[in-house]
Amino acid sequence: MQRYSRTAILLHWLIALLIIGAFTLGLIMTGIHGFSPTKLKYYSWHKWAGVTVLALAALRLLWRLFNAPPAYPATMSPFQQRAAHGLHLALYLLMFAVPISGYFYTLAAGVPVVYLGLFPLPVLIDPDPALKPVLQGVHYWLSMGMAALVVLHTLAALKHAIIDRDGVLRRMLP
Amino acid sequence: MKISLFAPVALLAVVIAAVAAPLKTDAAKSSVSATFKQMNVPVEAKFKKFAAVIDYDAAKPDTAKATVDIDTASIDLGDPEYNHEVAKKEWFNAAQFPKATFVSSSIKPAGAGKFNVAGKLTIKGKTADVAFPMTVKTEAGKQVFEGTLPIKRLAYNIGEGEWKDTSTVADDVLIKFRVTAAQ
Repeated sequence: MQRYSRTAILLHWLIALLIIGAFTLGLIMTGIHGFSPTKLKYYSWHKWAGVTVLALAALRLLWRLFNAPPAYPATMSPFQQRAAHGLHLALYLLMFAVPISGYFYTLAAGVPVVYLGLFPLPVLIDPDPALKPVLQGVHYWLSMGMAALVVLHTLAALKHAIIDRDGVLRRMLP
Repeated sequence: MKISLFAPVALLAVVIAAVAAPLKTDAAKSSVSATFKQMNVPVEAKFKKFAAVIDYDAAKPDTAKATVDIDTASIDLGDPEYNHEVAKKEWFNAAQFPKATFVSSSIKPAGAGKFNVAGKLTIKGKTADVAFPMTVKTEAGKQVFEGTLPIKRLAYNIGEGEWKDTSTVADDVLIKFRVTAAQ
């Protein structure tokens, strides 16, 4: 069976690791009570990871537009193919929506992102105490939605590998 | 007769008081803030309560004096949780040291609308000599005093314990002030 291109595979796994890392860090850092240097560090790392995901997602979308993915095996029903396609589409949307919502959330909170502590990123909106809790909720629920879809995506991949044994997972393995 | 004797003295006293009286500052158009870097991100915290007393006569700039009292607990970092944290012992210890004060020792003219200010800054019970440039200009019929004073937070014990590590919160802090006063 035809595999994804090396570039697509590399981007998929890099983004996967960064998303899992940023999500875990997000859960840990928001659970730290009060104020500590560790907390501030985690917040910055979380933002750097998110910005990296956004940049890589943009690259990945460009690559995807000019490189058709391998076709699904004929053993997959049209419904399954549509479901898989829909899930991938939703994950693509969230790869953008989650970091962008986080970026605007931190801007509304008055803490711009200095990428890797070196590069100040554009301040697109002024601090906004009214918008801040709204964006916090948006960022939280988009992240939770993405976590649910990532779990679904993983379970589907495992089902293809273990139950269907149709080689769909192997197309994306490093 | 008694009255006419004391009248000139009383009048003189009133005149002196009028000349020496500090300028009437406009709190709504005045601000004091501290800008610091956390993980290299500049963050500006505003002090919501402070009292600036400025004795300044454009005709006699050499006699100018300034005192600023800042309520350390009035700091606003844009998040109530963080505001609460920095009032604690490791940072401002606002319960024990509710005020940070600046008292000028000399204000020397340094060209048109410019002054070199020296004085003592006390934060968290620690006093240090500071010097910084200040500008004075007239805006909409009011005098505006502006300046930036760089300090090192650790010199005042701001950020104790694990916060002494300057890799997360830098040692350098810029105190910016803008005081608007009636002519």
